[in-house]
Parts: sequence; structure tokens; C-alpha cells
Amino acid sequence: MWGNSFRDRMAEQKLFRSRAIFMAVFIFALLSLLAGRMAYLQVVLHDKYQDLSENNRIQLRPVAPNRGLIYDRNGILLAENIPSYSLTLIKERVNDIDETLDYLKNLIDISERDEEQFRKRLKYSRRPYQPVVVKHKLDEKEIAQIMVNRYYLPGIDVEARLVRHYPEGETSVHALGYVGRINEREEERLDKKQYSATKHVGKLGIERRYETELHGQVGYQKVETNARGRILRVIEQEDPIPGKDLVLHLDQRLQNAAAEAMKGYRGAVVAIDVATGGILTQYSNPSYDPNSFVTGISHTEYSGLRNDPDLPLFNRAIRGQYPPASTLKPFLGLSFLDAGAVTWEDKVEDNGWYQLENDERLYRDWKRTGHGHVNLHDAMMESCDTYFYDGAFKTTVDKISPFLAQFGFGRNMALDVPNALPGLLPDREWKKNKRRRSWYAGDTLNLGIGQGFMLATPMQLATATAMLAAKGKWHTPRLMETIGGVSEVENMKKLDDIELKDPEDWDKMFKAMEDVIVGSRGTGRALRYNLNFRMAGKTGTSQVVSIAQNEEYDSETIAERNRDHALFIAFAPVENPTIAIAVIVENGESAGRTAGPVAKQVIQEYLEGAQG
Amino acid sequence: MAGTDFSHQMTGGQHQSGFARSKLLFARFHIDLTLFLLLALLCGSGLLILYSASGQGGAMVQKQAIHYLIGFTVLLIAAQIPPRLYRVLAPWAYLAGVIALIGVLVLGVSGKGAQRWLALPGLPRFQPSELMKLALPLLIAWYMSTKSTPPKLITLGKAMLLIAIPLVLILKQPDLGTSILIAASGILVLFFSGMPWWLIFSMISIVAASAPLMWFFVMHAYQKQRVLTFLNPESDPLGSGWNIIQSKTAIGSGGIEGKGWMQGTQSQLEFLPESHTDFIIAVLAEELGLIGVLLLLTLYFLIITRGLYMAARCTSLFGRLLSGSLITTFFIYVFVNIGMVSGLLPVVGVPLPLVSWGGTSVVSLLAGFGVMMSMYTHDVK
Repeated sequence: MWGNSFRDRMAEQKLFRSRAIFMAVFIFALLSLLAGRMAYLQVVLHDKYQDLSENNRIQLRPVAPNRGLIYDRNGILLAENIPSYSLTLIKERVNDIDETLDYLKNLIDISERDEEQFRKRLKYSRRPYQPVVVKHKLDEKEIAQIMVNRYYLPGIDVEARLVRHYPEGETSVHALGYVGRINEREEERLDKKQYSATKHVGKLGIERRYETELHGQVGYQKVETNARGRILRVIEQEDPIPGKDLVLHLDQRLQNAAAEAMKGYRGAVVAIDVATGGILTQYSNPSYDPNSFVTGISHTEYSGLRNDPDLPLFNRAIRGQYPPASTLKPFLGLSFLDAGAVTWEDKVEDNGWYQLENDERLYRDWKRTGHGHVNLHDAMMESCDTYFYDGAFKTTVDKISPFLAQFGFGRNMALDVPNALPGLLPDREWKKNKRRRSWYAGDTLNLGIGQGFMLATPMQLATATAMLAAKGKWHTPRLMETIGGVSEVENMKKLDDIELKDPEDWDKMFKAMEDVIVGSRGTGRALRYNLNFRMAGKTGTSQVVSIAQNEEYDSETIAERNRDHALFIAFAPVENPTIAIAVIVENGESAGRTAGPVAKQVIQEYLEGAQG
Repeated sequence: MAGTDFSHQMTGGQHQSGFARSKLLFARFHIDLTLFLLLALLCGSGLLILYSASGQGGAMVQKQAIHYLIGFTVLLIAAQIPPRLYRVLAPWAYLAGVIALIGVLVLGVSGKGAQRWLALPGLPRFQPSELMKLALPLLIAWYMSTKSTPPKLITLGKAMLLIAIPLVLILKQPDLGTSILIAASGILVLFFSGMPWWLIFSMISIVAASAPLMWFFVMHAYQKQRVLTFLNPESDPLGSGWNIIQSKTAIGSGGIEGKGWMQGTQSQLEFLPESHTDFIIAVLAEELGLIGVLLLLTLYFLIITRGLYMAARCTSLFGRLLSGSLITTFFIYVFVNIGMVSGLLPVVGVPLPLVSWGGTSVVSLLAGFGVMMSMYTHDVK
């Protein structure tokens, strides 16, 4: 028994030992495998993982340049960058997003739209621990509410960012335009590198035209971050080059004056500095607040603007094309004179209409009874249509159109007003190509009173008026005075200066236009009261609906939207013109009583405001 | 046999070295000084790594030190308990474990999608599977030691049945990793008891063949996800692949010499998840490099060989089988953890023994070593 058991024990122990040795060898082999694996990762693949680890830790972050500021000619800030506060959430640090949102809703107002957009952003957020915006544009009270309760809100933070702001709001948007979030199409167009940190881009107006200069150049920061994306230290950096500041010719005082004067009207005001071509005023009414567009306008607000029958988004100053009507007469008169078709002394008898030979149609004067015997000076002052029918007929379209083209009609001549429409300066060629008809004598008569096919924008009228006031000297209309302190521009659009056969015709035309206001029969005589400077002008009334041959135009019975547009061009002071202006009041009817006073107020602000 | 070794020394050397004298002192308390020192060295290194991994978290290191203190106390106590008491306890511990496992399934507390915890009134919340880690090898070792070796097939069959019961119960929780590790600790007893090689190989073949069946009928979606992520971590770099990509990056970027203690960017900047628990080896690899890794692996190897040596020198079959199983299971933990962190194995929640943060694992592992010391130092006639 004992012996047996002893033998068994020996055998047992031997068996165990062999198994234990086997196991020790086996374990050694497996531990060697682990050591080999580690060596493979740490020696063979070291470089690869070294890179991966550096990429984890080191991030090259683009730093957006600060956008250049925009000033008016007097140094008033028109576009600035102000900090805006956003509520952000880090998904990984929030236990229950719904619960957190409910908690936040008790503290601040989070609209359904905010929540919807937040969930969309959350779905597309890439890196773990990246903050996702819950709500933009927090006000001070909201920031305070969040900060006080931050202890209960892990993963919630308030982030500051610079956002474009237009302190003058509505009054300057039709000149400045605005910036908005970069959309997909723009993303393709824009330089990926330069815009890697930029969220906004100029969408309209000056902001768009000078996008490159205003934007500046992107900078870089090499930073060490932890897994949560928090920057621990900056290793090296290349500062961004801020965008250039832009000083405009625009005069905010005049913008305000124009806005004030245009209250209740639909229309536009454009004023130009005669000596330089600088655009002093570019205003369109009604207007809208550009600040709504910067951080993303809500759908309701946008469709409200779009569906407004007064079309606030429509930039009438540069895109409103109207028949210039009688405001074209100073230019037409000069063309008659220069062609030698008329002289200042020639008189025409006006019985209230004009008739072509072999044509039964009566071309009516606005004054049914006629103006009697009138020369060019009187025809200007009283805006006699018959005189101009006659003059146009004698001069012919072949001489009128090229002459008018010298003033910039039919083209967008402004340097930096993108999207401006060219208007329409008709001639035989145009009619044949576009209308497939030949040019009739009647077309010439209509052109002779600035109606018919002829179209001009307020910008074009102001440009032509400025050239008239400068006695034919061309200055390209431009909003930009200096950018980054420099005013020169390459590829400046240029027109030749106009040299009249008799330069005295300028002065005589000035006199005639001054008499429009101060003459006893002048169509703008209502403006002469309390006028402390010499102003020359011309009224215009352009038909919205055509009046049949024997029908009487009766403003009482005609719908407001079908009433005539009122136009007025002017410059002052006559002895040495500094400002030229064009005003249109849609359906304003009487130019002397609507558009005229607007022009007068803006000019007055320009000439006298500085002292006041 | 071990006991007699010491008596020789007692009477033998006149100039006893300090080590030998302390060995003597420790022997009186049934402690194997070599193993004890190796374990203490491992735990000490663990604290150093943990200090860095927890972001210089003094509080965490302090708590872990307390875990070690409790663990070594338990080790001391476990070493004093004579093997025969373990024998007597074995079936009862097993029975209690099985009942607790059934209890988990009936009234367990869920956490992270699985029912693993049992909260009984008056007792702290615990995982009965932890109890099973010790109870199952104890039972199988006891059962096999009552039979002759090499074991008969019928004996092996019965033992397998005893292993299968907790295996199935833990699988139901579901906890694939733990159930496999626990089953392995039982099967290892069978291996050491002299299970025939042909049976071992056919079992391995069966397991390999049934793997596809496991995929379709046993594994849960999250387990399949882990396997898929293991096969291709880049398929989900921000989700389940994140951990493994970051841990490989940490290890690889450490290079031979490492980035320096507390200088690891992956771990210090929180790119490495679970850096103080399951992925702590990646912190070591990043900061102390391949040299640190090899030192740690050597330390583990020394502990394991010492353990195997002690098992082989046990006077009782029960002690040999139990010790052999416990030390090999300890190795499996090491292998699975490092294999997982270095991307050799799929991610299963196994801590790095005695280094990862966590009280339960530290205490139960040290308790196991206590049992081994008891087996080794008590002379069983």
C-alpha cells in the first residue's frame, strides 16, 4: 500500500513537473511573442506611430484675418467687427443631450429653429470633443444665465467670435452690401487656403467688390491640443495679415439725409462728387438691415423681405432702369447744338403737339395748350416737349445716340459698383438686332423727350449730371476713396472728355437749368424758396402706363402704382459745381414737389451740413 | 519538501546573509520571500506608472496603495490557512458561487448592457464571477486530487461538467471574456493533472471548428463588433476603433527609450482612453519605451516561473494542481491584456494584473498568490 502510494506520488510529481516545464516553455514563447509584437510596434513602426502621435497632439490651425473696416469719407465707421457670443456643447461630455437641452431651455430662449439647426450640426460634427453651436448671438443676460449655471452644465460653454456689424444698418446697405456665411458654391470658388478659417464672405456691394482686399491673409498657429481639442499651448505661429481698411467717398451724413428725405417714397438717390467722381450717396428706399444677413437670416424674415411689394431688396440706385424722361433734356439740348441742328436763338411754335409729315399721329406736349414760341432756354426751363420733338427730328438718332453715349448712358461705367445694370441707349443698330424692326422717325421723337426705348439708372443719371457739371470732364464714378491708404486703381474705366464745338454752350445750359428752379415759369420753381446756394436742375416725369391718344391723364382715378415716376437731376453750386445728384421717386408724379425737394435736402446737407 | 529546505538552512550556514535571515522569518509566516519581493516590485512599478497615467493623480495612487495594502494583508492571511482547510472549503465555495451566479441572472443589477452585479441587502455590491475565479480551480483541483493521476476519461468528463456550469451561467450575463478565463482556469487544472495530449488537441480542434457557430449563435452584437474592430480598427476610427488605434499609437511612438516618465503625449493629453485601467501598459510603453516593456515582461516572467517552480515543489497533488492553475491563469491575464492593447487580440475588458487601477482585481490576484504560498509552505503528509 505505502510503496504503491509512494510510487504513485513520484509518478504524479514527475508528470506534473513535465507539464509545468512544458507550460514554462509555452509561456516563455508567448511572452516572447508579446515582446516581439511590442518591438515591432516600437522599433519597426516607430516612425509611423511617431507621426500619428504628433498629428494627434500638434494641430496646424488656420487663424482667420480680421476683416478690413469700412469708413465713410468723414471717418464714420460703416462696417466693423464685433465679438458675438455663441452657446456651444461638447457631445462627449454631456450625458444626456435632451436633458441638457431641456435644462438650457429653462435658462434661455432656444427656438425650435435653433434646436433643429443644432441637431443638424451635431449629426455632422467630425472630431470627438469638438464644440457644436447650440445658439448664436447670445445677449448679455443669456451669457450671465449660462455662466451662473455652468456648474450644472458640463460640456456647455460660451464662445466668442468676431462678427461683421454694420452700425449704420439700413441706410448704407445698398452701397456697402453685406457679408454672409460662405455657401457651397462660394466654397468652390474661394481659395481653400486663404479661407480655411474664414466663415463669411462679401455677398453684395462693396463688401463683395473688395472682398480680396478686405479679407486679408490667413495666419497659422501650431498648437498642442489634448484629445478634447483644448489648446494647451501655442508652439509657433504666423500671424494673419488683417484685411485692408477701406475709406469710401460715401458720406454717411448724406445717406442719412437721403433716407430721411425719402421716407415714405419708393425710389433712389445717387450723388456724385463732381471733382473726383466719388459717389457721395447711393441710397435706395425702402431698405433693410444688413446685420440680419450676417449670422444667417431666418426663413420667415427673408421671405418677408422677398415678398414685400415695395421690394426692399431691390437696389433701385443701380438696378432700377427708368425712362429718364425730361431729365435727359439737358443732354439732348447739347446734342442738338453740337450737331448744329439748332441754335440758342431758334424758336419753335408749340400748340400743344407735334406732328410728322405724312403721319396723323399727334405727339403731345405735357402742356395741352402748348408753350407758344419757345427757344432752347425756355424749352429747358418749361420742359417743352414739342421743342425737343422738333430738335430730335432735326438732329436725328444717328447723332443723338453717340452724343449721349459720351455721358456714359447705356453702359455701367462705375468702377466698383458690381451688379449695376447698364440701362439702354437705343439706336438703329440696336432696334434692328433686338426688335427686328427698322428705326422710325417716331422713335427719334420719343428719344427726344427721354421716353420710348431709352432707359437709365439713377447711377447713370447722376454720372451724366456730374460730367455735365464738370463741363465734359470725365471722372469715373467710384465708391472707394482709398484702400489700405492707396487710391490708385488699375484698369480704371475711362471715357473721353467731351469737347463741345462751342464751350459756351455749357454755361448757357447751366443758366437754363438754374432757371428751371429760379425762373418764374421753371418746372422746379417750388424749390427756390429758402435756397441759400445756386442750384441747377431738371425735372422729369416718366410714364408708367401709356396714355391713349385722346385720353386725359388723371391722377385721381389712376392707381397709385400706375402714377408717373418723378425724376430730378441737379448740381450745385452753379458757379463752381461740387455735387451732382439724381433722384427718382417711383409714382411720385410731380418731380418739383417730390424728387426735387429730396435732391435739394441732400445737396443742402452736403454744402451746409458741415458748418451746421 | 519545501519545509525541509528551510530546516537545513536553519542548522547549516553559520554566516547567514540578510536575505536568508529574512527568508527564515518570512517562512515562519508561510511567505515565499522571492515571490513576495517580485510581487512587491511589480506593485511598486505599478504605482509609478499609475501616477503618470492618472495625470499625476495623487489621490488615485493613494487609493491604489491602499488596495495593495489590503491585497497583501489578504495574501498574508490566505498563506496562513492550511491547505486542508481549502480542501474542505472548495465544494462549498463552488456551490456558493453557482448560487450567486444564478442569483445574478434572476435579480442582478445591470451595468453597461450586461447583468454582472449582485446587490444583496447588508452586503457590498459584488460580481459573483470574481468569486468563481478562485472557487472553480479550487473545486477542480480538489476533485482531481481525490482521483488518481493520470485521470481517467470519466473523471475528466465529470470535471468538464463542473466547469461547464459556471461557464454557461456567466455566458448568460453575458460576459464572454470572463467566462472563457474562468473555464480556462478549470481546464488548466485538468492539463496539469495529466490530461492526455490527444484529448487536449482534439479539444482545441473542436473549439476552433465551433468558432463560426459561436459567431452566429452565441455572440452578441457588441461582441461581434469587438471582433470586427479587432480585425480592422480603421473601419470605425472614432468609435470602437479609437481605443486600439490610440493605444498602438502610444506604444509605437514610445520607441526604444520612450518619451520619458510623465512625458507621454498620448496619455498625458488624454488621447489614450482607459489609460489607468485596461490600457495602462500603453502608458508604460509610450513613456518608458521598449526597455520599460521588456523589464515589465521580465518581471512577469520571473513571477510566473517562480510560481510554476513553487507549484512543482508542492507536496500535495491538490496544491500542485491549484497553484499551477492559478499561476497560469495569472499569465493568461498578462497575455490577453498586453495582446489586446498591442492589437494582437480583440478588445476584452481584462486589466493588466497588479498594475491596472482597481481594487477587486488586485485583492483577488494577491489572494491567489496567498493560496499558492500556503500550498508551497505547508508540509502536507
